[in-house]
Amino acid sequence: MKKLVPVWAKWPRPDPGLLAALVLLMAMGLVVLYSASGGNADVVARQGVRLGVGLLGLLVISQIPPHILRIWTPWLFAIGIALLLSTWFFGTGRATSRWLDLGVFRFQPSEVMKLAVPMMMAWYLHPRRLPPDFSVVLVCLVILAVPAVLIARQPDLGTALLVAISGVFALFLSGLRWRVIFGFAGAAVAAAPALWMVMKDYQRQRVLTFLDPESDPLGSGWNIIQSKIAVGSGGVFGKGWLNGTQSRLEFIPERHTDFILAVLSEEFGLVGVLALFALYLFIVGRCLYIATMANSTYARLLSGSLGLTFFVYVLVNAGMVSGLLPVVGVPLPLISYGGTSIVTLLAGFGILMSMHAHRNFLR
Amino acid sequence: MNLRLPKKKPQRRFLKDHVQEAQQFRLRALAAFLLVAAALLVLVGRFLYLQVVEHDELATRSVNNRVHVMPVAPNRGLIYDRRGRLVAENRPAYRLQIVPEKVDDLEATIEAIGQIMELPEDALERFQESRRRYRDFDSVPLKFNLEESEVARFAVDRHRFDGVEVVSYLSRHYPHGELLTHVLGYVGRLDMDDLDRLEKAGEGGNYRGTTHIGKVGIERFYEARLHGSSGLEKVETNVQGRRLKVLERSDPVHGTDLVLSLDVAVQRAAWDALGDRAGAVVAIDPNDGSVIAMVSKPAYDPNLFVHGISAADYQAILNAPGRPLFNRCLLGGYEPGSTIKPYLGLAGLEMGVIDEQHEVFSTGFFRLPNVSRPYRDWKKGGHGKVDIYGALEQSVNTYFYQLALDLGIDRMHDYLALFGFGSRTGLDLRGELAGILPSREWKRGRFGTPWYPGETVIAGIGQGFNVVTPLQLASAAATLANGGARREPRLLYASKRPGDPHAVREEAPLVLQLPVDDPANWDIVREGMRLVVHGARGTARAIAPESGLQIAGKSGTAQVAAQELDEDMDEDTAQHLRHHALFVAFAPAAKPTIAVATVVEHGGGGSVEAAPVSRAVIEAWLAQGARP
Repeated sequence: MKKLVPVWAKWPRPDPGLLAALVLLMAMGLVVLYSASGGNADVVARQGVRLGVGLLGLLVISQIPPHILRIWTPWLFAIGIALLLSTWFFGTGRATSRWLDLGVFRFQPSEVMKLAVPMMMAWYLHPRRLPPDFSVVLVCLVILAVPAVLIARQPDLGTALLVAISGVFALFLSGLRWRVIFGFAGAAVAAAPALWMVMKDYQRQRVLTFLDPESDPLGSGWNIIQSKIAVGSGGVFGKGWLNGTQSRLEFIPERHTDFILAVLSEEFGLVGVLALFALYLFIVGRCLYIATMANSTYARLLSGSLGLTFFVYVLVNAGMVSGLLPVVGVPLPLISYGGTSIVTLLAGFGILMSMHAHRNFLR
Repeated sequence: MNLRLPKKKPQRRFLKDHVQEAQQFRLRALAAFLLVAAALLVLVGRFLYLQVVEHDELATRSVNNRVHVMPVAPNRGLIYDRRGRLVAENRPAYRLQIVPEKVDDLEATIEAIGQIMELPEDALERFQESRRRYRDFDSVPLKFNLEESEVARFAVDRHRFDGVEVVSYLSRHYPHGELLTHVLGYVGRLDMDDLDRLEKAGEGGNYRGTTHIGKVGIERFYEARLHGSSGLEKVETNVQGRRLKVLERSDPVHGTDLVLSLDVAVQRAAWDALGDRAGAVVAIDPNDGSVIAMVSKPAYDPNLFVHGISAADYQAILNAPGRPLFNRCLLGGYEPGSTIKPYLGLAGLEMGVIDEQHEVFSTGFFRLPNVSRPYRDWKKGGHGKVDIYGALEQSVNTYFYQLALDLGIDRMHDYLALFGFGSRTGLDLRGELAGILPSREWKRGRFGTPWYPGETVIAGIGQGFNVVTPLQLASAAATLANGGARREPRLLYASKRPGDPHAVREEAPLVLQLPVDDPANWDIVREGMRLVVHGARGTARAIAPESGLQIAGKSGTAQVAAQELDEDMDEDTAQHLRHHALFVAFAPAAKPTIAVATVVEHGGGGSVEAAPVSRAVIEAWLAQGARP
């Protein structure tokens, strides 16, 4: 007699450790958000609903087998490119044409590319012999350059770089030879002046301000200075929840979105920051672990680059808040208020979960 | 036919080595993880640096961010008249102010504000001027005393104006308008001159929250007491500079309330009695030197100046006939004319030059030996034989020509100087004119010429070089009335510091107790003055009250244009060439409580034009009953 196994026991289960870490992170985010929004329960509720819906989406996506995702990949990429092109014609949004209004909701096609580019890279590299040879690398560079250039033209240099970097991670994980990596890195440094030439004025201003915020303390340096004051005045143990003066008195700009880490640092101090970083480190480590456990090249490369891209968000945001990096509009993943990034991030984690849940199924 | 099969290209075949690839991937994942950890380490280092090493400095900056020290302006002291009527008050009002730091385009903002409320033409200019004294994150006032409707309109559009706010404040108001202008003066907006003066006096900090300062009059003279001292507030502000919470506060010390010796009812009586003639009335209580009334006409509305007078209004005042800005009481220099006679009579009596029985025969003309020029009596044919009583009653020039000659200019000067002629009285207002009491030295200094006897003669009837102010006339009359106690006239009667239950009396300082040789001499002169009003031939007998009130007085006429002696003033003389009418009086004659000096410019004869004004003032004063 065969042992009866209940149906639900066989469903592809997501990784409980990663899921728990994500939920913990979200809970932390909501607590900080309550303070950062000035005790606005509505904002917290709205964000809670988004996270809930995102988690649901994560679970749904985790049920899709990786090979199905792989088959969809070129189409998703193509749609993403098409949408990017269409923003040129139908884009809305202040000063920049990043948003596409679909009547029901607006979204940024560049967000799609944050997933589509690493997927496309993994898709392309999947059947190839790794480490990739030169012609393959060239094709890969085209795959990541096309959307990156389109996004940069919007103009949204920050997102363009992040999208490109997710593709670079896939290449890196595919075993690209170190000498090629250093070669590209050298070329990138050499190309920096050229980048300066194509930057818009406001982008240059941001870089200049970053280099010397005190040169314009009330203008563009304000954000960095006030953010640093908030972080530093928090000290080791922080001023206490809801007690951050920099945040409560609105000295911190964008305090519930891009600069929410400044609020956390001010109110919970170094202890809170370390706890947050530990959580992020665990999540990234878990992503890389899932990637190594995966059974296909596609799954490995995609999981790995999604996890590393996730970390880049943390790095860039924390670097910006603490004054290490220039101000770019990158939210703190799963903590900052805002819908678009949550959808993208949780969809990405959904894919990761799918890789994990189906790791024992041969395709 | 050379059919050749196409050469089959050798297919590039490869096999993915899954095991090797997975191994390769593990190495790369490990490398990536190490990179991640390294990057996190850098971040942790950065936060450690900010939150531990830099903590103290950044914590200080965070406190400085939110805490601002704001001045709290004291409430200006109120001003009352001697019977407790409010004459300068503080009314709640609204002003519009701008924090320049918070406004991107100041000019555009001010223009936009101009579309929802009327701004004076020079609003921007004034704003820029006053801006210089504020720090950038301070509020700079743009418009004072907003109408209710303007406040409402601004509230509707407020979202358009970041950094612009409407705040309530206390605005100075003078309920009696022009009636008291020349005494009270007014407050106006602090300007650069005021600031320089305050900075030099070390008072700059005390005025940081203050927008207005006394510009003239009592408001200026007692500025320090009226203003009080500024308080401080440590307030927590948000990034827009909006005040959220007061952390610490030291209360301001509000200004001292002043009680003036003025009596508004008497002031009003003098004002009305002058009618639309230009002139001045000063009334002093001989018993304490307090100023009961001080009217200079025409005047102007001080309320116009409080919020910055418009150019049009100011032009209107400047161009108004009779120079409304000119305070005749202090600054009007007039020839005393016959009003000088009682003091000369007293000088003669006290120095033994004349006595009660001494008589002089008036023929209508008085001549100096060897001088062809005659000195006239005002009555054709003369007054006949008169003693000192008759000489005062009828204002007999000949009597005083002779007396002046007998006294000599030196003794005349010295005695009149005792009564304060030729020097400032010391009233508590700025800018008083000293007048001229001529002497040999004065003439030599002024003209470099010797003194001529003819000048002594006309000095005997108050003509020639003599210049007096209405205030001096009133002060001298008070000194005569009280028997020789010369006090500095005082407008400030009492003051009440905040928190004190009662006002504290402010005494007028005694300048000089005049030497009295024989009090009877003083009675003689005062009796002569009583006869001016009550005698059968008194020059001012027309004003004798039916009530039985005894008034002592002396009329006078100040010449305006040099005039041939045979010429008479009459109705046909052009208004601006007519003499000024003067009258000094005190009452009740037996025990005076008020001394009045009246000047009616271009009025003609003193007894006709000025005496009724004096009587009206005296009656208004006595009608109020005893002193408060």
